[in-house]
Amino acid sequence: MRRTNRKTNDVILQTTVQTVFFIIVIYSVHLFFSGHYTPGGGFIGGLMTSSAIVLLLLAFDVKTAASILPVNYLYVTAFGLLAAIGTGIGSLLYGMPFLKHWHGPVHIPFLGEIELATATLFDFGVYLVVVGVTMTIIQTIGETE
Amino acid sequence: MTFLHFSILFPFLFAVFVPFLYKKFRSIHTGWFVLLVPVLLLIFFLTQLPVTANEQTAISTIDWIPSLGIQFTVYLDGLSFLFSLLITGIGSLVTLYSIFYLDQKKEKLNSFYVFFLLFMGSMLGVVLSDNMVVLYTFWELTSISSFLLIGYWHHRKESTYGAQKSMIITVFGGLCMLGGMILLYLITNTFSIRETILQADHILQHPFMLPALILFLLGAFTKSAQFPFYIWLPDAMEAPTPVSAYLHSATMVKAGIYLVARFTPVFGPAPEWFWIVTLAGLFTMFWASFHAIRQTDLKGILAFSTVSQLGLVMSLIGAGSLAFQFDSIEKNVSIVAITAAIFHLFNHATFKGSLFMAAGIVDHETGTRDIRRLGGLMSIMPITFTVSLFGAFSMAGLPPFNGFLSKEMFFSGMLSLLELNTFHLETWAILFPVLAWVGSIFTFLYSVLIVFKTFGGKLQLEKLPKRPHEAPFGMLVPPVILAVMVLLIGLFPGLVAKSIIEPAAASIYPALYDFHGEFPVHISIWHGFTIELLLTAGVIVLGIAGYIFLPKWKAVYQLFPYKLSLNAAYNNLFKMTGRASRNITRSYMTGYLRDYLAYLFVFFILLAGGVMAYKGAFSFHPAESAPIGIYEVILAAVMIAGSVTIVFSRSRLTAIIALGAVGYTVSLFFIFFRAPDLALTQLIIETVSVALFLLCFYHLPKLQKQERPPGLKIRNLLIAFGVGAIVTIIALSANSQRAGETISEYFLKNSYKLAGGKNVVNVILVDFRGFDTMFEITVLGIAALGIFSMVKLRKSKEGER
Repeated sequence: MRRTNRKTNDVILQTTVQTVFFIIVIYSVHLFFSGHYTPGGGFIGGLMTSSAIVLLLLAFDVKTAASILPVNYLYVTAFGLLAAIGTGIGSLLYGMPFLKHWHGPVHIPFLGEIELATATLFDFGVYLVVVGVTMTIIQTIGETE
Repeated sequence: MTFLHFSILFPFLFAVFVPFLYKKFRSIHTGWFVLLVPVLLLIFFLTQLPVTANEQTAISTIDWIPSLGIQFTVYLDGLSFLFSLLITGIGSLVTLYSIFYLDQKKEKLNSFYVFFLLFMGSMLGVVLSDNMVVLYTFWELTSISSFLLIGYWHHRKESTYGAQKSMIITVFGGLCMLGGMILLYLITNTFSIRETILQADHILQHPFMLPALILFLLGAFTKSAQFPFYIWLPDAMEAPTPVSAYLHSATMVKAGIYLVARFTPVFGPAPEWFWIVTLAGLFTMFWASFHAIRQTDLKGILAFSTVSQLGLVMSLIGAGSLAFQFDSIEKNVSIVAITAAIFHLFNHATFKGSLFMAAGIVDHETGTRDIRRLGGLMSIMPITFTVSLFGAFSMAGLPPFNGFLSKEMFFSGMLSLLELNTFHLETWAILFPVLAWVGSIFTFLYSVLIVFKTFGGKLQLEKLPKRPHEAPFGMLVPPVILAVMVLLIGLFPGLVAKSIIEPAAASIYPALYDFHGEFPVHISIWHGFTIELLLTAGVIVLGIAGYIFLPKWKAVYQLFPYKLSLNAAYNNLFKMTGRASRNITRSYMTGYLRDYLAYLFVFFILLAGGVMAYKGAFSFHPAESAPIGIYEVILAAVMIAGSVTIVFSRSRLTAIIALGAVGYTVSLFFIFFRAPDLALTQLIIETVSVALFLLCFYHLPKLQKQERPPGLKIRNLLIAFGVGAIVTIIALSANSQRAGETISEYFLKNSYKLAGGKNVVNVILVDFRGFDTMFEITVLGIAALGIFSMVKLRKSKEGER
């Protein structure tokens, strides 16, 4: 993250990162979705996603990474919190206690019968918050001189 | 709510409107409106005269906090009636006086009269309340309003000093009194004074009786300026003169007397009550009259004389408490003391009020109160002179003024102690009349001093800031009324004896209520040739001699330098407590985080370790724990190596990397203990935090070998070792003492059935205990925002500079 005036040619690093980035992202998505049955979940998935973005930051610089992913991570955090609380409030609408989750088979066109749970939505909130928080911290500190 | 309640609340309610009246009617002196309040109340209380004069009482109750037994009960008997009469009567006169004393344009009249009315209402509340908590409430309100009134000229340093001093001393006493009340409540289970009096026998046998008694007396003595708490009263003379006349001669300082009188039926039979009250009172009387003579300020003399007279009344009430030792009322010699106390209380209010007002007039018309500069005002201010003469001679106890009567009764009250043989009085009893007599000589002396130093001698025009002339008519009316009363009551004591004094005495000594014979004490100007008359003659002769030879023996006062005075003691105490607390605070509030951490840890060791040792909680059963495998041993060894490296490393980088090693070992531990989610998270979090450490490391200076005293290192070592040992002991003990089954079985069984998930950890996190997770992510969000704002805001701040 240290920017130097000396231009170096990081072609191997950058090319590798371009490949590895997607593998890590896919792995993190896998971790996220498989969380309900096998080790993983929103927290680890979020951390993994942000580590992929950190790799981008390392291979390029803060500005480039920001232009590749033009996201304000504070909003990501806020949206994650909103998703988590929203799932809780959603159960209230059905006359259930706060954060009471529902799960069961759902029939979706083209995909067929799938077992879904609202807990995943909550976990998605966790995922977003973790991504937002880690990226905010790293970006903020990285931008300071 | 009856009119009795309204009489207490009326001044408070009226006080609300005073500022409006002040703003609205600029041309009329606000005092004229305020004058309505005490006059109306006085008329109301006079209509109650037939009730109390026939030794009956009026009572009325409103619930305030009934669940705590706190009722706003107003109770009017002889004693409260006497006090109410003083408060409203003198209050009316003082209000009238203040209208002419305080300048309409220069003074902030609105605040003056608000404070004044607050004081009047709370004083009425003190004397009329039957519930102790309500009494205490009003008691503190008198302290507060008195504080405000003393500091009325708040731009003067002496005023604020005096106000602060009186506040501290009287509030100290007030809080003590509250303690006494709570103790009484614990004994009797009631806050009502009447019900407490009914339980007097029970109270006397209770172990809490003595502490309650002492606390009550502390409250009364501080308020009534008894030795050694009198020191606030002379400093309170910085208040405007109407305030001094009202609060510090006629009403507030008598609140303590009221309290002692009110609780005499409760504590009176106890010997401690008699000894403390009588001795403190007599000594105060002697001490203050002795010191009054060295004062040069008119109000200073009057302040000391007030203290002295209050001591006189106090000692009489103390002597009167002996009345509870007698069986028959006819032979009861102590009733004379009770009656004398009440009578002198009443007389003192009249003559001291008039004297203060006269002193105020002198101050107002000449610009000074220093008796060394005054003199020869007799022909210029004849009316003021006459008033002062009446007041001072009454105070000295000369016929035909009312002070003579009460002074005679004072002597007979003190002499009556000689006839008693309870409480081992036979040996020491002679002390009482002697002290009283010597005190009276000094009283005579300063009374003469007030009159003749101010009005006698030569006029020293060049020393006076203003050209003196007689006061305006309105200013003279109140003192003249009081002076006339001084003379009238002196000549015809029957005017008040039957209607006011006797019922008041009866409420101190309730047996008198049931006694239907002739009142055992006769108040009249001529008792025949008695020993008391002889004593008064002695007072006059010795007093005159003392006055003539005053310059010769004044050197005696050199024996009491300022350094040894109570004021110096108070000031030093004040200074020293300030200094001591500052030093104590400085000694432990070092500003070093390491010291505070040391306190925290030491307390943790002492508390946790102490409880473990005290309860014998340590237990360790190795048999119940799981077997230790080779991997655990290796990992533990790695972790220990990492930790030791952190502690002993010389460079930051080594420490950071060692810390990372420990973190990764922990995640390995998680793997061995079958916690894959934890292991994953720990792995990533450790990586991130090490990266952040490295980031910080880049900006930090090199880890320095800090030169610390070797004692500090040993201290830290000891504390660290202690904390580690305690935590280990607690963990081992806790592990060996499982209380019951864990709830994890439930989670394992139901995670799929209820939540549709097989990863139990994740199901717990998002479903069973999703609430925790929600707030954990909130914590994360706050941390991110915190870092964001810390970094960004610091920048903008620097930009501003």
